[in-house]
This record gives sequence, C-alpha cells and structure tokens, in this order.
Amino acid sequence: MTPALAAALCLALAAPPAPAPVMVGSKKFTESVVLAELAAQLVERAGLAAGRRAELGGSRVLWEALLRGDVDAYPEYTGTLTRELLAGEVAADADPEALRAALAARGVVMGAPLGFQDAYAVGLRREVAARLGLDSLSGLANHPGLRLAFSHEFLDRADGWPRLRDRYRLPQRGVRGLDHDLALRALAAGEIDATDLYTTDAEIERDGLVALRDDRGAFPEYQAVLLWRADLERRAPGAAAALRRLEGRIDERAMIAMNARAGLDRVPASRVAAGFLDRAFGPPPDGAPPQEAGLAARLLARTAEHLLLVGVALALAIALALPLGVWAALRPAAGRLILGAVGLVQTIPSLALLVLMIPLLGIGARPAVAALAVYGLLPIVRNVHSGLRGIPPELRESAEALALTRLARLRLVELPLASPSILAGVRTSAVIAVGTATLGALIGAGGYGQPILAGIRLASVPLLLEGAVPAALLALAVEGLFSLVERWLVPRGLRGPSRPAGR
Amino acid sequence: MDPPAIELREVVKRLGAATIGPVSLTVAAGQTLALVGPSGAGKSTLLRLLMGLVEPDAGEVLLHGEPVRPGDLARRRRVGWVVQGGGLFPHLTAAGNVALVARHLGWPAARRAARLAELAALARLPPPLLDRLPGELSGGQAQRVGLMRALMLDPAVLLLDEPLGALDPETRAALQADLRAAFEVLGKTVVLVTHDLDEAAFFAHRMALLAGGRLLQEGTPEALRRAPASPEVARFLGAARRPSPGSGSPA
Repeated sequence: MTPALAAALCLALAAPPAPAPVMVGSKKFTESVVLAELAAQLVERAGLAAGRRAELGGSRVLWEALLRGDVDAYPEYTGTLTRELLAGEVAADADPEALRAALAARGVVMGAPLGFQDAYAVGLRREVAARLGLDSLSGLANHPGLRLAFSHEFLDRADGWPRLRDRYRLPQRGVRGLDHDLALRALAAGEIDATDLYTTDAEIERDGLVALRDDRGAFPEYQAVLLWRADLERRAPGAAAALRRLEGRIDERAMIAMNARAGLDRVPASRVAAGFLDRAFGPPPDGAPPQEAGLAARLLARTAEHLLLVGVALALAIALALPLGVWAALRPAAGRLILGAVGLVQTIPSLALLVLMIPLLGIGARPAVAALAVYGLLPIVRNVHSGLRGIPPELRESAEALALTRLARLRLVELPLASPSILAGVRTSAVIAVGTATLGALIGAGGYGQPILAGIRLASVPLLLEGAVPAALLALAVEGLFSLVERWLVPRGLRGPSRPAGR
Repeated sequence: MDPPAIELREVVKRLGAATIGPVSLTVAAGQTLALVGPSGAGKSTLLRLLMGLVEPDAGEVLLHGEPVRPGDLARRRRVGWVVQGGGLFPHLTAAGNVALVARHLGWPAARRAARLAELAALARLPPPLLDRLPGELSGGQAQRVGLMRALMLDPAVLLLDEPLGALDPETRAALQADLRAAFEVLGKTVVLVTHDLDEAAFFAHRMALLAGGRLLQEGTPEALRRAPASPEVARFLGAARRPSPGSGSPA
C-alpha cells in the first residue's frame, strides 16, 4: 500500500461516518405510502436524514425487512400483527401490552395508536345494497348469486375471507382474487357486486359505496400504528421521538381526506403529508416545501436502477450458466440433471421467486438481482448446451484429431462454433430480465417498476406509461445492442442466416 | 529391422450390433495402403482406431511399434488426418485452420508463415485463397486446405477419409494427381479410405478389401485383381469395376 493511500484510508476511518438515513417502508397501497411519508418527513423535520422504501409487496415483505434492518420503521395495523405476523405467538385478541412484549422480544417497538382504525369491511354499491335490502354482513348469506372478488391478501389471510365465510356461513363460490385497486374499479363499473374495503378507503365516498355492518364481529381491530426497530434510538437519536409525534394525531376523517387527496386527486403523497404536518405542527423550521423530482430526473434515476438490476443479474447469469452449459454438453448424464434443474427454477413464478429471496438477502436490489440471475439461467444454459451439441460430428472429430487439449478444443473451436447460439441465449435472457426487473420494485429494488406500481395504485395511466414505455424501449435497445455485439463477437464465417453453425 | 509404421494385431471393435475384426494388417514406412470396401465395411472405424479416436475392444494398434493410447496427444500430433470434405472450421480462415495447432503450440508468426507457404505450394493452393473463409472455397480447395492442415506439424503418418468424395470429376482428376505427387515427395506412410477401386489402384502400393467388418484380402492391386481370394472378392472387384472412375457416388 502506498503511504498516500494509507493516509487516505486512515482519514476515512477516523472521520465520523455519515449517519445512515432512517429508512421508512410502506406497503403498496396509498394509505401506507402517505403514513410512511408522514413518518419520514417528521424524521427530517427533526434534522435527521430519512429514506423511503415505498410500495413494497405486502406485510410479510416489510416485516422481514424490518427484522433484518433493511427498513427502520413502517406503518402497520394491530390486527395484521396479531393475526398474521405474530400469529401463534400472541392471541388474536391480545391486548396492546402483550403485543408490545412480543414485539420487544423481536427488537421492535410499537408506538401508541395513530388515532384511526383501518379495518376490513365488505363494500357494495349503494343502489345494489338498497335493492337487496342489505346493511349488514349476515344478510350476504341470503344472496348466493352475488359476484364477489377480493384482494389477494384478503383471500389468503386467516382473518380475511376464510374467517368471514365461516363466521357468516356465506354460500358464495367462485370468489375471484383481484388487486385491491382493480377490484374497486370493477365494483364501480358493476363487473362485480362486492369486494373488501378498508374503512378509510377514499373510494367509499367517491364511488357511492356502503360498507356492510360487521354484526357478528368477524373482523378484528386494525389500529394504525408505527413500528420501528428498538436500536433506532441508538443509531439516530431523536428519530423515535419524532415518530411518536404522530401518535393520536390522525382520526379516521383526516385519513380518508388524505387518502382522497393522494389516491383520487393524485396529489403526490409527499405534498399531502407536508400539508397535514403543516396544519398539525406548523411549518417546518427551514420552511422549504419538499421538492418533487422532475420527470427527467425521475426517469434518469429509474433507468440507472433498472440498468443496474439487469446488468448485474445478466453478468451473474452468464458467469454461472456458461460453465453449467459446457458441463451439461460434455457429460450427458449431468446434462439432463442440470437442464432439468434450471428448467424447474424457471417454472417458479417470478414474483414468488422474488419473495423467496427476502429471507436470504433482505429487500432492495440484492435479492432482485439474485432472482433475476436465477431466472436468466435457463435460456443461456440451454443454448450453450444445444450450441455445443449441435456442432457437426466431422468438425468435432477434426478438432479431436488435431490433438488439442480438451480446454483448447473448447476455447479455439467449440465455443466459437457455438457462439451464435450462445449469444442468442444471452439475448433472450437479457430481454426477459428487462421485463421481469419491473417486478423488483415490489421488494424495494426500484427501477421502472416503481412508477408502474404507483400507476396501478393510483389508476394513473401517465404514471403507468412512465414505467412501461421506458421498459419497452430498453428491451428494444437491448435487442439492438445485441445485434452489435453479435457482429463483434460471432466470427464472420458463422454470421448471417445463410450459414448456420458448422456449414 | 525397424517395426512397421502401422500395425494392427487382431483388432476387434464392436459398434452396437456390428463387429469389426479381428483385423491384422501392417503398413511399412513410406507405403500407401488403400482401405477399400462398400459402405458399412468398417473402413472409417479402422481409421479412427489408427487415430486413437476410438479404442479397440481387443487386440492392439501400434504406430512405429508403440501402442496407440487415446489420451496421448504428443503421439497423435505425429498422425495427420483429413476428413471427408476437409472438415474445416467455418469460423477460421483457411490459414487460421491450417495454423491452428501450431499457433496453440506457440510457433512464432514467421515460422508459421513459412510453413504455410511451403504447404500451399505442395498442395497447389493459390496463396491468396489462404485468407478466405471455408464457406468461400470450392470443394476441391477446401480439401487441399484440409490436407495442408493435416500436414502442418509434419506428421509421419497421414490418414485420409474419402479424400475425393463429393467432388466433381474434373476437380477429382486434378486433386488426385496432386495428392499422389505430394505423397511421393513427402515419403509419408499413408492410409486412405475409398470405395473406388480405380482410385485405390491409382494411389496405393497395397490395398485391403473389407466387407461387413471383415478383412477379405490384402495385397497389391495387381495381385487382388489377378487372384481374388474368394468369390466374394471377385464379385466386389467386378461390381466396383463397372462405374467409370469418378462417377461413383460417395458412401
């Protein structure tokens, strides 16, 4: 090591490290995004740095992220804690103290309730409810023909549809699963008759819906709370106090109003949150309103994130798939095993694969890259294998007769002959990765999936296009890039459709 | 006395249901032997046994008195092999094909170039063609390049599998004459596979007639014609005689 370098290193070590920002997470529905924004801005108003991991794909993803420390705080609901995340550890109707104790054992602090409940409800259009004379959930049992569609989470959760169905002995069958926001739109359009709502959904007012009375107490309490890691206070003194300022400050009407502003009027969540904080606590000391990034800056940031995901994943996939494909081609028995295993991985739905990575790698870019790399294996392995196996026997024998070592034969003859096929596999893998990477936003990896998620959440076509159009363009650009790479990598004698490998 | 350049001792090779051998044969240094017979006779398999590309199930294959082992690359480099059609690698130029192994072995560029020029003259290949890709060469030119590639490291033994197969009659006649001239100049031990009796007689000091995996008779072309050892040999010699030289279709 040179002295200068050593000195620089010492300086870097001696300087106090910049404190890591307090990472606030949110689920992919508007209320969660707004609450996280409120929390993050309160942290910032306390003079600390805050970061956002917005629109992650579900309670379980956030919970794991909080336990692993990928996220420092996020808004949650007591019912979700007792019935899903800590189910089996605490009673379904555990009192707040029991819940706090269970959370403390995991290194998690739960603040006092924020002041409103966001419980499950089942909603119908007002005129349908009136026509059928429905005002409570027990009435649903008399109308087996009603078309029900629920959000996927509601369908799966023990305290959701299964509990509702059992408690009220509901006869409806063929219940469909839909994204929550899509279900609300289908309800408004009359394509379905009823769906699950949250009691603070802004759409209840806008779409003229009624929430049926839970007359047998099927749904648990869903008090909104903030969760944060117990070690947060040590790492960012003042952060917990800042988060506690929100306790008891948001009633149901205030939350519905904010949901309407952010979800229906499509005011950015950061501005909705700032407006609420200004009214509740007065303007921030420095008085500067939060800045929205412009379209160009957003696109640039998303593109950088997306390219990083795809690029690193593709590099990993190539590094892994090339030797696997060669091995598969040289050893037929191992080859069947390798191709089978890689093919099996491909059958895992991409979203499931992403979520499977969380316990191993947390949230963010790393698990997304790992999932994308695993996903990209098959096209490359298969094409390396078929490219090598497809070499005409007289060429393979010629190479063998030339008394080259096995490695030299591979490097000088067989891999070049297989290169058109190999490159085609890499190209397929790259295009798949560009598309699949949009799902990475669900686990906090950013990229073009972020505006797509926001677009789905807000039913905003411009936002959807802000993610979908660049993703499509990037896929085209990747195709174009590979045409150039092909000209550069594939030997002239193997190029062009008129002369495939070998002849 | 020196051992023969090539010796097969009671060699047996099973390929699925078919069995080749037992075959015993010797080729003296500097001699040319033609393996003749209908397709499926086992000619190409004998060539692969000599090359060490396949191992015999029984018996021994000896080159200059030493057994051929498949993994012995140094020994394999002393045997040149020309596959049917040249077997050129389409991603390399003619020169790249010929010099591939020399380059891998670290020959300096000047030595490679000198050897290329020497071989081009021997194989009567116009030097500008050396920069072409195999796809841009005619069948006869590709075969000449294949011969050059086999000769690059100056092997003691040269094996050719149907060197004139799939060529038009005119190209065939020209290449045939050039090949024999090259064999004579080089004085190498040559084994070539053909199904054409005239071709065998043109090139070879001796010929070995194979059918159904068995060696029917071995001797000079003259001796076989004059005194066929069996009716089977006589029938093959008669049947193979009929098509005029060069018009026979490859196996």
